[in-house]
Amino acid sequence: MIEVVNLHKSFGDLKVLKGVNTKIEKQEVVCVIGASGSGKSTFLRCLNLLEEPDSGEIYIDGVPLMEHKKDINRLRQKVGMVFQQFNLFPHMTVMENITLGPVKLKGMTKSQAEEKAIELLRKVGLPDKDDVYPNHLSGGQKQRVAIARALAMDPEIMLFDEPTSALDPEMVGEVLNVMKQLANEGMTMVVVTHEMGFAREVGDRIMFMDEGIIFEEGPPEQIFTNPRKERTREFLGKVL
Amino acid sequence: MNSIYKVLSDAIYYNLIREQRYLQFVQGLGISLQLTFYSAILGTIIGLVLALAKLGRIKFLEKFATLYVDVIRGTPVVVQLVLIYYAILGSSSLPKIVVASIAFGLNSGAYVCELIRAGIMAVDKGQMEAARSLGFSYSQSMAYIIIPQAVKNILPALVNEFIVLLKETAIAGYIALDDLTRAGNIVRGRTFDAYTPFILVAAIYLYITTILSWMLGKLERRLRESD
Repeated sequence: MIEVVNLHKSFGDLKVLKGVNTKIEKQEVVCVIGASGSGKSTFLRCLNLLEEPDSGEIYIDGVPLMEHKKDINRLRQKVGMVFQQFNLFPHMTVMENITLGPVKLKGMTKSQAEEKAIELLRKVGLPDKDDVYPNHLSGGQKQRVAIARALAMDPEIMLFDEPTSALDPEMVGEVLNVMKQLANEGMTMVVVTHEMGFAREVGDRIMFMDEGIIFEEGPPEQIFTNPRKERTREFLGKVL
Repeated sequence: MNSIYKVLSDAIYYNLIREQRYLQFVQGLGISLQLTFYSAILGTIIGLVLALAKLGRIKFLEKFATLYVDVIRGTPVVVQLVLIYYAILGSSSLPKIVVASIAFGLNSGAYVCELIRAGIMAVDKGQMEAARSLGFSYSQSMAYIIIPQAVKNILPALVNEFIVLLKETAIAGYIALDDLTRAGNIVRGRTFDAYTPFILVAAIYLYITTILSWMLGKLERRLRESD
């Protein structure tokens, strides 16, 4: 589904990604963990070219992104993204936030899109918030709307960039539950997270990033209970 | 008591009533308002084009816009006005009000450009990322997401720019356009009284800018309510 080959990315003199290689299968849930500055967010943002890699290639469904930059807008429709800071459109209601993409980009009629939006809002547990403006929602509610907005485009892959890091502790659970449900339905997901409990429970594979590469990866049981590398052990010792 | 009354009534008689001098002020105000109106429209259009050039990704246009803004903002508007009137459009037979509108419009455009640019830059960059991640192109993201939010930042500053513009047009007399300020000067030349005509002129400017400021305040409250 996703294949990443020798991905490099620098910001000025700072080398953030130094050769990332991986494959992500359909319906797989990959949780990316690591210290801040380890390049995990940059890696995620490269997957839909929000950051443009300096070199390397990313294949989505076999299509090389770097060779098809002209089609990137169409390719991005297949890859939904959820941000740490939600990034809902504040000048639009929840309903408008969710229906804008399907109406303008997928040619849905307004009523089709709204029907779908209601269904998605029910799914994320906010069926009665459709005509509210984002600023009247709590953080957890905002993030669930953001998930619904991304899902409205019928993506094949969902990217989550620290989706619970900006939330008050009591709201983390409601967002993780929606994500868990999504994973159970078979969505292909890449999740950058500090929620080790979630990674362990929901992740099919854990990717520990350090020094701009995938330092160690494997099934959650192995990474969390018996990491092979000292650095991984050190990191987990600090966060668990 | 009597003498103060006499001074006042004389001042009013000589500066406003005799030879229908009040018409000078009325016509001058008309010219000032027209000039401000046309300059504001031209300035807004030029500012919008320059801002898009600056934010766009065509290097040549960006450089031109930057140079334009620097030159306009780095030179006095009076100099720009006389340069355009006597030199650049010197051989044309355009009416003075048109020439002045062009000069003030070109000047205001540089400032409006920066207002618009700042208003757009002030929109959180996560908004563009969210729009792009859904699959919108750069221009679609601008049209649906960024510009509608930027307008809220820009509108109050734009009205403020129009207030500044109205006051700046007071130098239109340099090219012998009979605006409000020059009307005061013409009347002074007839009456040899500097106080009355210019205090009147100042009062009229103040009255209009106060109305505009009041409207600006209302606009700002309206924009805040919808947040």
